[in-house]
Amino acid sequence: MEKILEVKDLNISFHTFAGEVKAIRGVDFDLYKGETLAIVGESGSGKSVTTKSIMRLLPPGNSEIKGGQMLFNGKDLAKLSDKQMQKIRGKDISMIFQDPMTSLNPTIKIGKQIMEPIVRHQNMSKSAAKERAIELLRLVGIPQPEKRFEQYPHQFSGGMRQRVVIAIALACNPKVLIADEPTTALDVTIQAQILELMKDLQKKIDTSIIFITHDLGVVANVADRVAVMYGGKIVEIGTVDEIFYNPQHPYTWGLISSMPSLDAKDEELYAIPGTPPNLLHPPKGDAFAPRNQYAMQIDLEEQPPMFKVSDTHYAATWLLHPDAPKVEPPEAVKRRMRQFPAGKEVK
Amino acid sequence: MEQKEKLLEIKNLKQYFNVGKPSMVKAVDNISFDIYKGETLGLVGESGCGKSTTGRTIIRLYNATDGEVIFNGENVHGKKSKSELMEFNRKMQMIFQDPYASLNPRMKVSDVIAEGIDIHGLAKSPQDRMERVYNLLETVGLNREHANRYPHEFSGGQRQRIGIARALAVQPEFIIADEPISALDVSIQAQVVNLMKQLQKEKGLTYLFIAHDLSMVKYISDRIGVMYFGKLVELTTSDELYERPMHPYTQSLLSAIPLPDPESERTRKRVTYNPSVHNYTESDDVQMREITPGHLVLCSEKEAQQLKKQYAN
Repeated sequence: MEKILEVKDLNISFHTFAGEVKAIRGVDFDLYKGETLAIVGESGSGKSVTTKSIMRLLPPGNSEIKGGQMLFNGKDLAKLSDKQMQKIRGKDISMIFQDPMTSLNPTIKIGKQIMEPIVRHQNMSKSAAKERAIELLRLVGIPQPEKRFEQYPHQFSGGMRQRVVIAIALACNPKVLIADEPTTALDVTIQAQILELMKDLQKKIDTSIIFITHDLGVVANVADRVAVMYGGKIVEIGTVDEIFYNPQHPYTWGLISSMPSLDAKDEELYAIPGTPPNLLHPPKGDAFAPRNQYAMQIDLEEQPPMFKVSDTHYAATWLLHPDAPKVEPPEAVKRRMRQFPAGKEVK
Repeated sequence: MEQKEKLLEIKNLKQYFNVGKPSMVKAVDNISFDIYKGETLGLVGESGCGKSTTGRTIIRLYNATDGEVIFNGENVHGKKSKSELMEFNRKMQMIFQDPYASLNPRMKVSDVIAEGIDIHGLAKSPQDRMERVYNLLETVGLNREHANRYPHEFSGGQRQRIGIARALAVQPEFIIADEPISALDVSIQAQVVNLMKQLQKEKGLTYLFIAHDLSMVKYISDRIGVMYFGKLVELTTSDELYERPMHPYTQSLLSAIPLPDPESERTRKRVTYNPSVHNYTESDDVQMREITPGHLVLCSEKEAQQLKKQYAN
């Protein structure tokens, strides 16, 4: 498969009064053409910072890309000037934000907001851009697009506004679409519509999507591959089946067993104890070790490398080291492992 | 099903806003249900369906437009003397959605928790007051050292624990939890839900649990009510609701939830709800009817007959 975007050993820090916060500590991943990569993790794990750095939207004053590369079309996004980046942002890489209530300008008509990237990046005349904007509104399923074109954001409901945001993001047929919790602020029925719309449009224009969310249900619905982030690192990455039916990292186990399953009612929910690490003083060893009941001595001393589980599945936990003791994953995870479709590789 | 003691009866409750103006909103429109002692009743629905308003009207944060809320045999919205109202306020408490907005940032945690104790004069001495605060903090899984800190020093999950401790401080019988976990991370949600379940077991609490996350609601609730546009459309035990949803709106709501299971996600079919399928006419008496024991659905007489036939075992 063709790689669209390669992120290599990305390190990002924020400079605060309290000191340097190492928000991203060595993130590696590839994005392939036409796929959906979901990034999951708790607040503060670095999901949004990673994607905002790809868009170069981090505040210039206090954030710093300490190292690493983000290769897009052979160019390193980290090294581009603001001018060069403006040619890519909104055209080749675009973004959908979490809150449709605040990501549109309330004083500008919807139509004009959709036309903005078209006029800017595609050198279209105004009338051609208007036609394209109306076509986009129709594409994202907004009824009476000619009338809606002249309306302001407050005249739209939350779900309709998110459709408009999607229309703006897709205006230039981007190669990469970054969706940062696009459905978190919406109701389940509206969420289902938006997810269906995104999948449908992805097929039509063959774009790659990076989908950030903390809802594992949504991940199971949209993702081809999943990256689990914790403490500024990717701790496990694999196909959606591998992550849901054959997870290897104790943090992934924790995430999966803290969701209530529909058949086990009386079991107590597994709750990951403690709180996420403070990245002002990142721990020396595995960031998850203090909350990990399977932690070994080495977890406190040295960060685990990515161990290979299969060609597509990697996890950063010392439990995968050949010398590590065998451990029993939680019951909810074992139940899932038994469900793992036969014929595929199970470790 | 054995006869359980009713703690709360809600009868034909109505809550209209902007009454008499063209912008009148029927936020809660004639709903009735009971809550039994020691159970958890979940209330689900989309935003704007009136579930939070129902909770707030029950606890008398709003004065009901019409209808009765009977708590322990007494009408909450009836005329009350100050002391009766105090007693009622002590027995019914609320946990709010946003742990960032619901704690006063200028009060120490000990004062936040002890505010109810002070108002109701439950502590015999300042030592007793602090002792109670320490006990409450430990009950909800925090340390006694936390008592002298301010809310901004805590994470979302910890703040929600403080909110729970505050509600427990006056030893209530009934707690309304209005989306208590929506603002929290998945791993922290489980901590708070486990805490609420454990407290219910220890103290015999009754909960009204308002939420839109249906999988968590199913986990914590004994019975679930589904609301749509100010009306309760279905009410039954949580297992029954998931296995045999009868009202078309419930069916569409359930079909819209993505499950954390890629295999089932690939085959999930979403159904949409169109209120016009009912074809109700003026003469139809649309109300909650019991289809199978303990399973109530909002329907007309004709639909009830159909549903009964369809779901007869």
